[in-house]
Amino acid sequence: MGNTALENQIKRQSNRRMLELLEISKRFDGVFAIKDVSFSISLGSITGLIGPNGAGKTTLFNVITGFLNPENGTVNFQNRPLTGLSPFKIALSGIGRTFQNLRIIKGLSVEENILLALSEGRVIRSIIKAFERRDSKVEEEKVKELLEVVGLSDKRYDLAGDLSYGQQKLLTIACCLALEPRLLLLDEPVAGIAPEMIEKILGIIKELPSKGKSVIMIEHNLDAIMQVCDRVIFMDAGKKICEGTPEEVRNDPRVIEAYID
Amino acid sequence: MRILEIRELETGYGKKQILFGLSVEVRKGEIVALIGPNGAGKSTVLKAVCGLIPTWNGEIRYEGMPINGATPAQNVARGITFSPQGNRVFSDLTVMENLEIGGFQLPKKEASVRIEEVLEFFPALKDHLRKDAGKLSGGEQQMVALARVLIPKPKLLMLDEPSLGLSPNLVGDVFEKITEISREAGVSIFIVEQKVREVLEICHRVYSLKLGKVAFEGPPEELKEDKAKLKQLFL
Repeated sequence: MGNTALENQIKRQSNRRMLELLEISKRFDGVFAIKDVSFSISLGSITGLIGPNGAGKTTLFNVITGFLNPENGTVNFQNRPLTGLSPFKIALSGIGRTFQNLRIIKGLSVEENILLALSEGRVIRSIIKAFERRDSKVEEEKVKELLEVVGLSDKRYDLAGDLSYGQQKLLTIACCLALEPRLLLLDEPVAGIAPEMIEKILGIIKELPSKGKSVIMIEHNLDAIMQVCDRVIFMDAGKKICEGTPEEVRNDPRVIEAYID
Repeated sequence: MRILEIRELETGYGKKQILFGLSVEVRKGEIVALIGPNGAGKSTVLKAVCGLIPTWNGEIRYEGMPINGATPAQNVARGITFSPQGNRVFSDLTVMENLEIGGFQLPKKEASVRIEEVLEFFPALKDHLRKDAGKLSGGEQQMVALARVLIPKPKLLMLDEPSLGLSPNLVGDVFEKITEISREAGVSIFIVEQKVREVLEICHRVYSLKLGKVAFEGPPEELKEDKAKLKQLFL
């Protein structure tokens, strides 16, 4: 599909709900980590999920991706319920995620990490197809493309463990993209890295909607959130406190109250 | 006179950099607060000072002497103690045993004397010495934690969120006790806190961190009176 056709399709569908959370609750030892959280994400949007420690942001990612089952509520993705599905089935449905603790294999090369993600994608897409012969030419093209997207082409044969922390984050994004998700959940994509690398990663994230992908990102770097997100959801103590444009959320008195307690 | 001087500190965990050239100082007798949003690096500063994590670049000086690379035990012996976030007490040990752990580097006799002295600051604990510390209320446990880090007779006491998980009235009690420790024991205090309003009431100076750097340094009054500034620092 040409760029214009894809953009038109995105425009047509931009009001369509890509992901919908309805009254999600999750408790740990009787304490609510998330309580009655509802929101929806539209196609091609970048949504920031912010809030103090313990707000329930990562728990919410774990619920959406099936690592945790909610006690109440429903998660719908592209109008289909995800609740109760295993993480791999949710990944199969088109939701990719990155983790705060990167989860790359440091003893493998950059290329091998991406190949592994590609093979995971193959397994996920179909158990039967998993046994098909690897099409090395297609994989070669795919690896090349992903390395170009994240700007790691010159690191292809380096050990992942030898990359800088920022480059390792880029690699996790490449591995996530290898699964061809429609929605990416990025957990602190720019935490702990130098400012110039932050700009690079934000540049990559900003481009994702033009490729037909939606993003939800958790981030404590609010300047980064303000720079790339078109919607922001603010959570505190397991609840959604407010939602709006970055400017609306920044100016909501409840937000500053929660931060300074 | 400076008791602690941190210059251009860079550190982090593994390859993840948390502090990007941070400079902070604590003068003798001061209560200095370290505030800022999550992920700013507040706890990391305290961990680097007490030697729990290595420094990458920059310098940490205590009483004028560089202490980069010193172990926590060496720092305790020098007079730096640290009460980390959350893990207040050894729950299965009695209150007395918790206090004895605070004096593990001291000769036994000296430790006993110090426990007696410190208990004068915390008279309410005297009735609970034989109880398991885990059975005390959250506020009492915090008092045990504060008492324990005072046993080695520190000159610099570092506290990471002493108010964490406490009800508002207990937070008041803990902050009052911290002020008392500073005033009467002459200990310099470096405190990380999320309860910004409360800590601004008791500190002499405040640093606000943002993404591993100092975004504000000054007297607490400047922030108490300027809500817009506070918002800018946190959002």
